[in-house]
Amino acid sequence: MTEPVTVTINRREVSAQPGEMLIKTAQDNGVYIPRFCWHPRMNPVGMCRMCLVEIETPRGPLMVTSCTTPVSDGMTVDTTNPSVKKAQEGVLEFLLINHPLDCPVCDRAGECPLQDQTMAYGPGESRFVEEKRHFEKPIPISELVMLDRERCILCARCTRFSEEISGDPLIEFQERGNYTEVNTFPDEPFRSYFSGNTVQICPVGALTATPYRFRARPWDLTFVVSTCQHCSSGDRINLQSSQNRLLRILGLDSEPTNQGWLSDKCRFGFEYVASPARLTSPMVRDEEGELREASWGEALDYAGGALGEVISRSGGRAVAGLGGARGTNEDAYAFSKFLRSAVGTNSVDCQMDDGLDPRLLSGIVDRARIADLEGAGSILVWGPDLKEEHPTLYLRVRRAAQELGAGLVVIHPRGTGLDDRASVKVTYQPGRGGEVLSELMDGNGRMAEAREVLSNGPVVALLGRPGYGESPDLAEATAAFVRSLPDATILPLARRGNVFGALDMGLSPALLPGRAQRGTLAAQMLADRWGELPAASGRDCRRILEGLESGDIEALVLVGADPVRDVPDGGLARRAFENAGLVVAIDQFLTDSSRMADVVFPAMGFSEVEGTVTNIEGRVLKVNRLTPGPGQSRPDWAILSDLAARLGVDLGLVSAQQISQEVEELADIYRSVNWERLDWEDRDGVVVGGDLGYVPVFSQVTSVSPRSGEMALHYARTMYDDGVMMRESPSLRPLAPGSAAHLHPSDAARLGVGEGDSVDVTSVSGSLQAGVVIDPTLEPGVVYVPFNQPDTPSLGSVLGVKVSR
Amino acid sequence: MSVRSIVTDRMTRHPSDSHTLDRYLGTGGYRALAKALEMPPDEVTGEVKAANLRGRGGAGFPCGVKWSFLAPAKPAYVVVNGDESEPGTFKDRQLMERDPHQMLEGTIITSYANGANHAFIYIRGEYPRSARRVQQAVEEAYAAGYLGSDILGSGYNLEVTVHLGAGAYICGEETGLLNSLEGRRGEPRLKPPYYPAAKGLYMQPTIVNNVETLANIPWIIENGGEAFAAIGPDGSRGTRLFSISGHVRRPGNYELVMGLTWRELIYDVAGGIPEDRALKCWIPGGASAPWFVPDDHLDLPVTLDDTAKAGSMLGSGAVVIMDETTCTVRATERLVRFFAHESCGQCTPCREGCSWLERILRRIEEGSGREVDVDMLLDISDNISPGLAWPPRMTTICPLGPSAVSPILAITSYFKDELMAHIHQGGCPFD
Repeated sequence: MTEPVTVTINRREVSAQPGEMLIKTAQDNGVYIPRFCWHPRMNPVGMCRMCLVEIETPRGPLMVTSCTTPVSDGMTVDTTNPSVKKAQEGVLEFLLINHPLDCPVCDRAGECPLQDQTMAYGPGESRFVEEKRHFEKPIPISELVMLDRERCILCARCTRFSEEISGDPLIEFQERGNYTEVNTFPDEPFRSYFSGNTVQICPVGALTATPYRFRARPWDLTFVVSTCQHCSSGDRINLQSSQNRLLRILGLDSEPTNQGWLSDKCRFGFEYVASPARLTSPMVRDEEGELREASWGEALDYAGGALGEVISRSGGRAVAGLGGARGTNEDAYAFSKFLRSAVGTNSVDCQMDDGLDPRLLSGIVDRARIADLEGAGSILVWGPDLKEEHPTLYLRVRRAAQELGAGLVVIHPRGTGLDDRASVKVTYQPGRGGEVLSELMDGNGRMAEAREVLSNGPVVALLGRPGYGESPDLAEATAAFVRSLPDATILPLARRGNVFGALDMGLSPALLPGRAQRGTLAAQMLADRWGELPAASGRDCRRILEGLESGDIEALVLVGADPVRDVPDGGLARRAFENAGLVVAIDQFLTDSSRMADVVFPAMGFSEVEGTVTNIEGRVLKVNRLTPGPGQSRPDWAILSDLAARLGVDLGLVSAQQISQEVEELADIYRSVNWERLDWEDRDGVVVGGDLGYVPVFSQVTSVSPRSGEMALHYARTMYDDGVMMRESPSLRPLAPGSAAHLHPSDAARLGVGEGDSVDVTSVSGSLQAGVVIDPTLEPGVVYVPFNQPDTPSLGSVLGVKVSR
Repeated sequence: MSVRSIVTDRMTRHPSDSHTLDRYLGTGGYRALAKALEMPPDEVTGEVKAANLRGRGGAGFPCGVKWSFLAPAKPAYVVVNGDESEPGTFKDRQLMERDPHQMLEGTIITSYANGANHAFIYIRGEYPRSARRVQQAVEEAYAAGYLGSDILGSGYNLEVTVHLGAGAYICGEETGLLNSLEGRRGEPRLKPPYYPAAKGLYMQPTIVNNVETLANIPWIIENGGEAFAAIGPDGSRGTRLFSISGHVRRPGNYELVMGLTWRELIYDVAGGIPEDRALKCWIPGGASAPWFVPDDHLDLPVTLDDTAKAGSMLGSGAVVIMDETTCTVRATERLVRFFAHESCGQCTPCREGCSWLERILRRIEEGSGREVDVDMLLDISDNISPGLAWPPRMTTICPLGPSAVSPILAITSYFKDELMAHIHQGGCPFD
């Protein structure tokens, strides 16, 4: 912060940061200057000319665009005098002469900046008697976005967004002068993961979103503020519904998280909420082995009875729980309490076998905040492809590297969206991560430049598991090394919506609510409240599945999870479910997993329950309720509470808010969380501190190579996949890339295949047929297969696969 | 009236081969370069300042002063603006086609003076012969050691790249040119902050000079700035190329010492009007300049300052003469159509305003004008160029939009009767 300067706006003195644009200073001081092209999160271009004002200069008054004029000390500005008014009115008239004024059939009408500003600043009537400019009415420029060039006022918000923010400039100005139009390039649709943002920031109805077109009028919409649950960034959103149906999601500009932007998955991935496939009634498996609808009483009796039998026969440790990372903290807490105090087991895991130590994820020392990216000297990204799995975090990293000058080192088995902004990009063969880490630590050879970049502190490292072919220990070893870099902070990456909240609520064998470890004083205090805690240590996801397969574990309680599709080794999950004695599922859909359960309870979900969630940096945010759950669905916590009652245990849970208060009382670090405050003064969330202080342990990660005749598998997730929420969202479902085998050109040549040919990819756990994609960003000898695509079986957490024609 | 040749001397005396290196060397070429390379760069700039050479591209900014504004960051670039596209302007074309080495030598000296090691020559795409000749000259200069490394043993290095435009008038605006050169859309940049001297080509300090400006540099270095400053009246030193076109007996390019009157220029230099018809009006400095009329302006001296004082400009040196047979409404419509066609489309008032003006004018010319259209033309113009003053104030990013206003002011002030006749007769009285 530099010394503020004094500026006189409309005869009133205000103070401002030097260099700040006049339009912003005016707005912050209650003077609204009309604008179309200016957007606070993008560089000014001064194109629409709507924000013209007059400043005093030694040579008399000068008309300038306030969006491109930085304030300086002593500046005198008039935003309302007659010549300014005339200029603004003139610009609006110019914008309107070719605008179709088809407001009655325009989605934007009612919330349209052009309408609003015409009302406020425009001429009363048009003097234009010539023929307006014509274009073909809306043309689809992608599966999700329609473009109406007649309505476009050429403000360059969409083109700037795609160039400056998302880095995929597929939408551009074409032609010139009065024939200028925004359009895509031939045969290159606007297929961006972030295309919906351009619809949101379009100041007219030129860009509209196919999932929302003609669905509602803005004045008919009811809305609440909430938090997106598709990834763990905690993006703040505005949920909008009409007649109890969720219709639209808009991004909110929340400084610590998404800064207004959303991925298309977050923006359009809500259609599943109203899917006709949602469960509306409990289901119980009948004598013929079919799931049939049942009453709540019948289903609870059945589940409670069966669970009770297992517990009394084999003890609570014969029961395990999976899931919980998709719901709220309150639901996760209820699940944790249910398993530990009603069932008596520590076998619970919400991470679904990503292999990362839960203490590393939620309790690492020097944990970074997302905002640390802004002041970073350098950034290391070595984990999942951020663009695919943490889209808004990806935008923050891009911005830090592109606009704020941070050095960027990206290490990944293939090309990523960040490569064009990376100072150093290292591509490597999965399985050799240990070797790459050693090179990075030595700083020799190809890593010399990377180390040079990372010598600029503060360093922010985003670390996770790049793919399932890679050792899960790599991230922790890297974290241990990163701590030796200057002012390093670390942001461990896990993707599921509320995985960090679920860990904080104890959905992990080793952790109890409030990031408490078993056997500590905090655990003792918890026992005072919960009663005796199970003594035996619990199993993690993989060992739970193995236990179910072998019969060591007899019963499974599944909360909002689909292990068959979602764990790396789907084959193992399938066998576990087939062999399980009892599966009780709480779910919104019959998934490939819950379809095999004995009892299924219909759960409310996103937009139907109120509660809190915790994002990737430990920021607690509120989720709110807008639409009713379908049929007889109920919140997870209420179902678990009733199920506990059937086991003779009163969990003492009466409402989500009461649960939140219980968490506040029990978990020190959640003491600052307060629902009322989260809805108002803390609406950007509060970061819960008080880490475990977990120090990552360095271990030599052995590099492994596939056996001869095999290729190294890079098995990683894509934004759109065959998860049930995507499957049940018709707008996004077709966007999943599908089964594919990406090969380096030399491997394709060796196999004698070309783009689009079919190959078989076979691992020890599964086999699939995939279309070849030639991918020169891979190392030779590596095959990249997108994880969990429609109609593809799982290849498992393996390194080597056979690829054959 | 004095005629004196500086930049057209060689081509006048050796019309068949003035563009070749042999002829250039045989007539004293590259001596100025040798001399300049022995001077410290500051001294070179000093000579150009002393010459008081004002830019020949349109704005008439003092060349030496422009050079001294160059920011110190490296690399710095020199860009030659050969995107001559203003209707009626055809002087740079002759300089590039007929004496490319002269301009190139000026470019090398300018680059040396400004510490640039890379210069770009941006030539209008519709000038293929200029491009061929300049490219040929560049190749000859490389081969002869006037370009490349260690030029004439001085230790100074310079690379020159010749680049062709793709048919946009706006790329003659210096920042639009830089965008185009970088491979972006040819749209002017915001000034501030993108003044070329500070943030020009690739955001590096850049000198952008017109072809004719640079063609004067070798003479100035060889003969000294003072000798140049001794030619012509104060503020309009040296000679200047005028592209005279329209209703005159001898249209063409003329290198003149400024200070003569418009009467002399039209009637003596250009031979007067065919069939001795009456002079109606003329554009003194390119399509964007406000028009002059005989009653008010015929005996004014042709200098930058006198022209500016009278509310117009010498601009790029294009003089377009219109006699009594000219329909000024049609002429205006043609000029405004040009600006509407060439608007880059970036900012609202120019993109929408120019084509609106064009369509109203066409309607009037075609007989569907209304009285209210006259005030509308002025009010729309006022929304592009507030106050309708000269030099123009702008609601736009660059002066292209306000340029379209100049002819409209001419017909609404000098030729309103003609305009009203169109409206009242429901058609063009000249048809």
